[in-house]
Amino acid sequence: MIRLQHNVVHRPRTIDDACTLLAEYGPSAQLLAGGTDIMVLLNAGLLQADVFIDLWPLDELRGIDDLPDSLRIGALTTFSQILRSPAVERFAPALAAAARTIGAAQIQNRGTIGGNIANASPAADSLPVLSCLDADIELASVRSRRRVSIHSFHTGYRKTALAADEMIVAVHLPKTRTDERIEFYKVGTRRAQAISKVVLGARMQIAGGIVEHIALAYGSVAPTVVRARAAEAILLGQYPSPELASRAVAALDRDLKPITDLRSSAAYRRRVAGNLLERFLRKALQH
Amino acid sequence: MKRLLDVLREDCRLTGTKEGCGEGECGACSVIVDGEVVNSCLIPVCQVEGSSVTTVEGLALNDQLSPLQRAFLEYGAAQCGICTPGMLMSAHALLLRRPHPIRNQILEAIAGNLCRCTGYTKILDAIAAVSSGNINKPDQSE
Ligand SMILES: Cc1cc2nc3c(=O)[nH]c(=O)nc-3n(C[C@H](O)[C@H](O)[C@H](O)COP(=O)(O)OP(=O)(O)OC[C@H]3O[C@@H](n4cnc5c(N)ncnc54)[C@H](O)[C@@H]3O)c2cc1C
Ligand code: FES
Ligand code: FES
Repeated sequence: MIRLQHNVVHRPRTIDDACTLLAEYGPSAQLLAGGTDIMVLLNAGLLQADVFIDLWPLDELRGIDDLPDSLRIGALTTFSQILRSPAVERFAPALAAAARTIGAAQIQNRGTIGGNIANASPAADSLPVLSCLDADIELASVRSRRRVSIHSFHTGYRKTALAADEMIVAVHLPKTRTDERIEFYKVGTRRAQAISKVVLGARMQIAGGIVEHIALAYGSVAPTVVRARAAEAILLGQYPSPELASRAVAALDRDLKPITDLRSSAAYRRRVAGNLLERFLRKALQH
Repeated sequence: MKRLLDVLREDCRLTGTKEGCGEGECGACSVIVDGEVVNSCLIPVCQVEGSSVTTVEGLALNDQLSPLQRAFLEYGAAQCGICTPGMLMSAHALLLRRPHPIRNQILEAIAGNLCRCTGYTKILDAIAAVSSGNINKPDQSE
């Protein structure tokens, strides 16, 4: 039996109360959502905290609102709730696809989108989708409510723009248009329970034969999720062709900084990142 | 902050729920909380305040094994038995939500439960037998 240290657990019932607690304790408090990252660390003795603020009872943080131009997904919404949501299936199917690959049923039933974003792992599977959709993260503290673009939220390896007294309350996803092609690809060791080796969230719109809009967001190939800006620049405004696709794949050298670790080698990751882009472009052009 | 797993095993003396990895990977500690299967090694016990928790001990009714349990016996879906309580809970949660799953849905439902003995085929067959009515369905016995 593992004896976790004796600690204080606060269980606020409103966002305001949670923010007040955060302001009081600052960095010494540890927010707890579904626990699927935190409990692993606690069980392994890798995390010390005297005070926990347990968000789980905070129903205000749960749910998916179907707004005119966007979906607002509460931070405490689980991946199971996301993948069962008709609104997500209709307006952000790539997020449902990502949710389906996270862990297995036990993890999806407990793991939350807010936890995935805040945990800031380079391999977090929801992040490439949020990045290619240009999502905003809504934050709250006793001082203010603010919205930060996903592109500036992750500031470095496991670093975020969250202040010590701030929490994530929701994610705002602009609805995707029906003439856009959006895909989520994840490559891991096996289908379930696998941490990603390479992930791609990709979005493209073709108008009048040319690439009108393109967004390529990779996970697990840099310290944070990254947009492949060089590859995007090559594709934007051009008539797609196999030759153009090859140039975009080559440009990934400038965009990605894959490393060799336990899960995979840098060379493998770079090769797979290119293959996924080729696959996406081939598929997108068939439509 | 105690883990639900320890409260079940140590405080409630419900030792049917097993600990394999203690890090969410193996599913041996699977229990059902408010209808959804979860890993009890990853749940701080405060988070089940006001919830209903079902462990493998809760499947049998009046000393009668549930159809799922009988199917596991009949089909040889358990060998060493360490994964079995967790497998049963994942399968039970699936059948509550989807009484007639296709094979892929069964595979997905037990993807978070590792078994080192059976090779999974007999487990899949046992669950399929319950859903196709070759063994009585869970709701008929409950
Ligand atoms: C077996 C296993 C398999 C997994 N597989 C995958 C996978 O395939 N893909 C993947 O991406 N992840 C995977 N994970 C990791 C994990 O499940 C996800 O990152 C999940 O989204 C974390 O959410 P949570 O609610 O459980 O977070 P918690 O563990 O509760 O919290 C994680 C971190 O986020 C902070 N936090 C939580 N909520 C908020 C908030 N609202 N505001 C500010 N900070 C907050 C916490 O303080 C903590 O630092 C896996 C984990 C396990 C154990
Ligand atoms: S013991 Fe909980 S998942 Fe392995
Ligand atoms: S029967 Fe031994 S692990 Fe499954």
